[in-house]
This record gives sequence, C-alpha cells and structure tokens, in this order.
Amino acid sequence: MKKFILALIATIGLAAGVQASTGGFPLDKAPVNLTDNASLQRGARTFVNYCLSCHSAAYMRYNRLTDIGLTEQQIKDNLLITTEKVGDTMVAAINPKEAKDWFGGNPPDLTVIARSRAGNGGSGADYLYTFLRTFYRDDTKATGWNNMVFPSVGMPHVLWELQGERGPVYEEVEHHGEKVHAFKGWQQLTPGTQTNLQYDQTVGDLVNYLQWMGEPAQRTRVRVGVWVLMFIALFILIAWRLNAAYWKDVK
Amino acid sequence: MAAYREFKQISPNASATAKLTNWLENRFPTAFDAYKVHMSEYYAPKNFNFWYIFGSLALLVLVIQIVTGIFLVMHYKPDAAKAFESVEYIMRDVPWGWLIRYMHSTGASAFFVVVYLHMFRGLLYGSYRKPRELVWLFGCAIFLALMGEAFMGYLLPWGQMSYWGAQVIVNLFSAIPFIGPDLSIFIRGDYVVGDATLNRFFSFHVIAVPLVLLGLVVAHLLALHDVGSNNPDGIEIKGPGKPIDEKGHPLDGVPFHPYYTVHDIFGVGLFLFVFSAIVFLAPEMGGYFLEANNFIPADPLKTPSHIAPVWYFTPFYSMLRAVTSEMMYALIACVVLGVGYGVLKSKLAGVLKGAVTVAGVIVIALMLTIDAKFWGVVTMGAAVVILFFLPWLDCSPARSIRYRPSWHKWLYVIFVIVFFVLGYLGMLAPFPLGERVSQVGTLFYFGFFLLMPWWSRLGESKPVPERINFVAH
Repeated sequence: MKKFILALIATIGLAAGVQASTGGFPLDKAPVNLTDNASLQRGARTFVNYCLSCHSAAYMRYNRLTDIGLTEQQIKDNLLITTEKVGDTMVAAINPKEAKDWFGGNPPDLTVIARSRAGNGGSGADYLYTFLRTFYRDDTKATGWNNMVFPSVGMPHVLWELQGERGPVYEEVEHHGEKVHAFKGWQQLTPGTQTNLQYDQTVGDLVNYLQWMGEPAQRTRVRVGVWVLMFIALFILIAWRLNAAYWKDVK
Repeated sequence: MAAYREFKQISPNASATAKLTNWLENRFPTAFDAYKVHMSEYYAPKNFNFWYIFGSLALLVLVIQIVTGIFLVMHYKPDAAKAFESVEYIMRDVPWGWLIRYMHSTGASAFFVVVYLHMFRGLLYGSYRKPRELVWLFGCAIFLALMGEAFMGYLLPWGQMSYWGAQVIVNLFSAIPFIGPDLSIFIRGDYVVGDATLNRFFSFHVIAVPLVLLGLVVAHLLALHDVGSNNPDGIEIKGPGKPIDEKGHPLDGVPFHPYYTVHDIFGVGLFLFVFSAIVFLAPEMGGYFLEANNFIPADPLKTPSHIAPVWYFTPFYSMLRAVTSEMMYALIACVVLGVGYGVLKSKLAGVLKGAVTVAGVIVIALMLTIDAKFWGVVTMGAAVVILFFLPWLDCSPARSIRYRPSWHKWLYVIFVIVFFVLGYLGMLAPFPLGERVSQVGTLFYFGFFLLMPWWSRLGESKPVPERINFVAH
C-alpha cells in the first residue's frame, strides 16, 4: 500500500513536471487591476490606436466602455475613428483579404483573447503581457520581427516606436555536458519614445484592458457574488437551526 | 386504481383553505395520494448520513440546468456561423446573460460531481443489492444519458475544444469494422463536424435527451419508493419482523416530509454556497469547467496541439487511450485466463465449456485482427456498461461497507485513487509513463468489477445488527 502510494505520488509529480517543461519562455506576471479605471481607459486608448487597425473585437460594443468610467461623448470624441456609431462593435479597419495576403493569416479577434490564452504557464494576461514585451529584430523573418513567446509570429512589432528596436543577448552555458545558447537579456539597438518602465506601463494598461474586455461583466460578477454568498450563509444558518428543531424529536 | 371514491363532505363552517383542499381532493385525488406515498408517508431510514444528500442535489441541478437552459435557448443560435458569437452576445448584451450561462456551465460540472458521489454512495452501502437492482439500473441509464447530454451540449459554444472534442469522439465510431466510416458520417451528417452536426446535437441536447432523462428520473424515484431506501447500515427497516409503531409505520424510519425535506434544505444551502462561489468568483474553475481553448472560435483547419475532454469524461478517455496494440496482448492474456478458468476449474456443463472455448477463440481472433483503436472504444463503452451489472457481481454477505471485511475499504480507496489518476492522466497529453500507469489503472478498474464475484465473498464479514445505528441529534 505504502509503495503504491509512493509510486502514485511519483507518477503525479513526474506528470506535472512533463506539463511544466512544455511551457517555453517563462511568462512575467501581468499587473492586472480591474478596479483601476484610469489604467483601463489608457489601455482602451492604446487598444483603439494600435490594435484595432488590424484586429477586431467584434463582440465588444464601444458604448460598453461606459462601464470603465467613460461617457458616451468621450467615446465619440476620442475613440471612434471613422463612421462607427457608439453602439457598434469594434471592427477592424483592415480588409480581411488583404490581411491574409500581408500576414499570411487573418489577425485573430481580440474580444476574448485574454481568456483564450490562459494555461500556457500563466494566465492569459501574463501571456499577452510577456508576448507584447518580447519582440525583437530578426531580419530572417518576412516582417523583420520575431518574438520570444510566439516564435515566427506573423504579426510585426506594432508598438516598436514606443519600445525601440531590441535584440536578444545569448550566453553559452554548459547543460548536461553540452554547450547551449541560453537567453541572458536584451540589448537596445535603437531607443524608443518611451523608457523601459514607461513601456511596461503602457503594455500593462493594455493587457489590463484586454483582461477586462474578455468579460466586461466580471466586476459586477464579483460584487454581486459577495452579496449572494453572504445571503446564502445566512440561509444556511437558518436552515441548520430549522433542521435541528425538527430532528430534536427523533429518538 | 380505485374505481369509485366517496365524495367527501365538509362542514359549511370550515375555513376557506379547508374548503378549497376538499374541493381539490374530490376532483384530483391522485395528487393527494402521490403526496402521501412520496412525501408525508414515505418512511425513510432515520440514519442517513451526508452521503444521502447527493440524490436530492442531483435533482436540484437538473432543475437548474433545465431552467437556465430554457433562457439560454432564447438567445443562442445553433448555426455554425453564429453560435460562438451568440454565446458572447449572451455573455455581454443579454441582461444577466453571463449569470445564466455560468450557472449552466458550472451546473454541467456540478451535475457530474454530484452524480459521481451519489453513485459512490450506492457502492459503499450496497444500495444496488436485491431488491433495489432496478433503481440502480435506472440510475446507470441516467448516468449514460447524462454523458450523452453533456457531450452534445459541449459542442454548442462552438469553440475549438467543442469542435475538436466532438471531432475526436465521433471519429472513434469510424474504428468499428465495416460500418464504422459510414456510421460516423451518419452521426455527423457531414464528412467533418459542421453545421449539420451542430444542429442535430442542439436538437438532441435540448429536446431528446432531456425528455429521456426526465422519464428515467421519474422511473428511478418511483422504483426507489416502491422498494424503500437503503441506509448506511445496509439493513431493511420495513418488512416482516421489523419493529413498527402503533400506526404500522417502521420504528426506524421517519416520514420523508418534513424530516428529510428540512435536512435537504440545509444541504441545498451548503451546496448552493459552493456552487455560487464558483459561478461568481471562479466560473472557469482554473480551466477545468471552461477551457481556455474554447474561447477561440471553432476552426476546422487548425487542429489544437492538445485535445482533451472536460474533466468528467477523462477517466474513461484515459481507458480509451490505454488500449494500444501492446495492451492488446495483456487483454488477450486476460481472455485466455478467463476461458482457462471456465474450462478447467468451473462446474459448467460440458456443452457450455465447449461454447466458452469457441467464444474465447473467436474473441481472441477478432482481437488479433481488428485495430486496437476499436478495442479502445469497446473498453471505454464497457467501462460504463459494466456498472449496470454491479447488482449481480457483488456477492458479499453484508451489503454495507460497515460490516464487510476491513480490507474491502482499502480496495475501495484504491479504486477511487485509480479513478482519479485515470482522470488526471486523461487531461494530459500522452507520455510513456502515463500510458503505462493508465494501462495498469484500466486493468484494475475492470478487475475490480469482473473479479467481484470472487473477492466480495472473501474474508470474514462483521455481524450485521438487527436494527439500524442511530444517535439522536
């Protein structure tokens, strides 16, 4: 029995190891804070300015942004670029056919992107946060860009003016007697308009927004949930005493 | 049924409620009889423990699924081009749509949690033993229908996991010799999972299977109330020689209403607390209830790198994957052993022995000629079907685990661990050690049931008491 349990634990441990080792590039923790409306609004602005040219968020209506503290007038003045109405969903300006020719595939819809990328060694937000900060120059690729999290990605580095151009630095390390290239850090090739810290902040806000957009009801959900649980706790208390009152006669 | 009933008269001075009740009872006595038979005068053993809550909870979850399902269908569109979008529409634009959807998705998993625990309760206390075989059979049929219901419902959100999960499972049917390929096309209504598949699965999910489920639940409950509930001691409280009170009711029982209704209300409260905590605070349940991949719309051209069913199917999926061509030799060895035992050791008639040998040879020939994939499907199906035979496999003198030899408990512990390990491995991408473990697990699972007629007789049962153990609260 003991042996069996030990073998079992070993198996589960091993299986977990197998799962962990498929992760690839380690993900950074995304600074998600859904109560920070200012951050969500900055993220929404970055999203509309940079992402929405090629990616749609076809299930997300512009006027839902009122949930994060914008007025309809602010949305109309600042975020609607062409002829959209405030009740429309966020549809990319790009022609899907052209997109396919340029990038070799249609840019995916981003409405629930943060939810769909969970489970690759972190939350979906962690994945996006790391992905958007690990682009580097690679002249062997058609776009001239490559990415650490998503190697050979079809998307070029859209935010490169902010981050500047970078290249990875590798060092040779001994690994089980073999020399392998290990990622050591980044080398700034040309400066961007933002410092590294500012860029992390910009991407952090954007990812925060993407996380929120994946489920705009989530703030309401948690708020309502706390009340529901308190109500049920009270209900349990009453039901427990009611039960005892009936059963005290059963001998 | 009574052919003629006396029309009951009531005093003109009686209260309005009493008059109304009398009016109804004279016109619809069946309802009043049913209330007595199933509620106020259904005597259940008074020693039920917490294991006995899961039947009522299963009924509650069924109601939750039906009610939320009705509201989902008002907004959902069973159309390959619109299904994914309509689910997001429910999540965003339908007032409280997210709540309805999360209740339904969490309800699906909750249903299996509750039903697995309910079935395990039956296993622990021998609730399937004579005279409750039919109750168990109806229950197993419910489990089977529930699996179909869950499988078809999972296609409807039309995400990548929905799509490829259905694709993989329907493709299994094509492993059946001769008719397989045509059968899988017949099921899909297309050469790949497509709009036709979505529409028929929708139809089955919202109409056909729920109707069957409801019918089976009624049969399950009626059969239960005919033979009476078992209890943790596994002894009868009704019948000749059992103690009764002056009204003829069993001394060891209490009327279901109000004693167990009030018990169940308490249990429902506890259940709803956990259920709501998941619905409101962690509806994805870390990817176990709602998988991340399913937030990507179905794409017939992009196969996900790792396809796994939802957690409640993974133990069976593991058994399916365990049957490799290597495993076939182990299974053939099992058949040889079984036939050998039947011929050499058993007391069967000579003709039957001949028949067993011939059947064994045919089965082994088939096992050698037909692809292992087919036998994997057979194994997966058999893993569910074998549950139906439990009442006749268990030959233990004592019904309840309480009075069986202590090592039986350990066997049950191992059985549960094996089931969990199989479930866990079924979620992972296959790897060599995992495959080996799942093969051992599969053999254990079937060994547990098929060898039950022998092992359940072994060992010394403890003395079974005359009366149930009950300590007043």
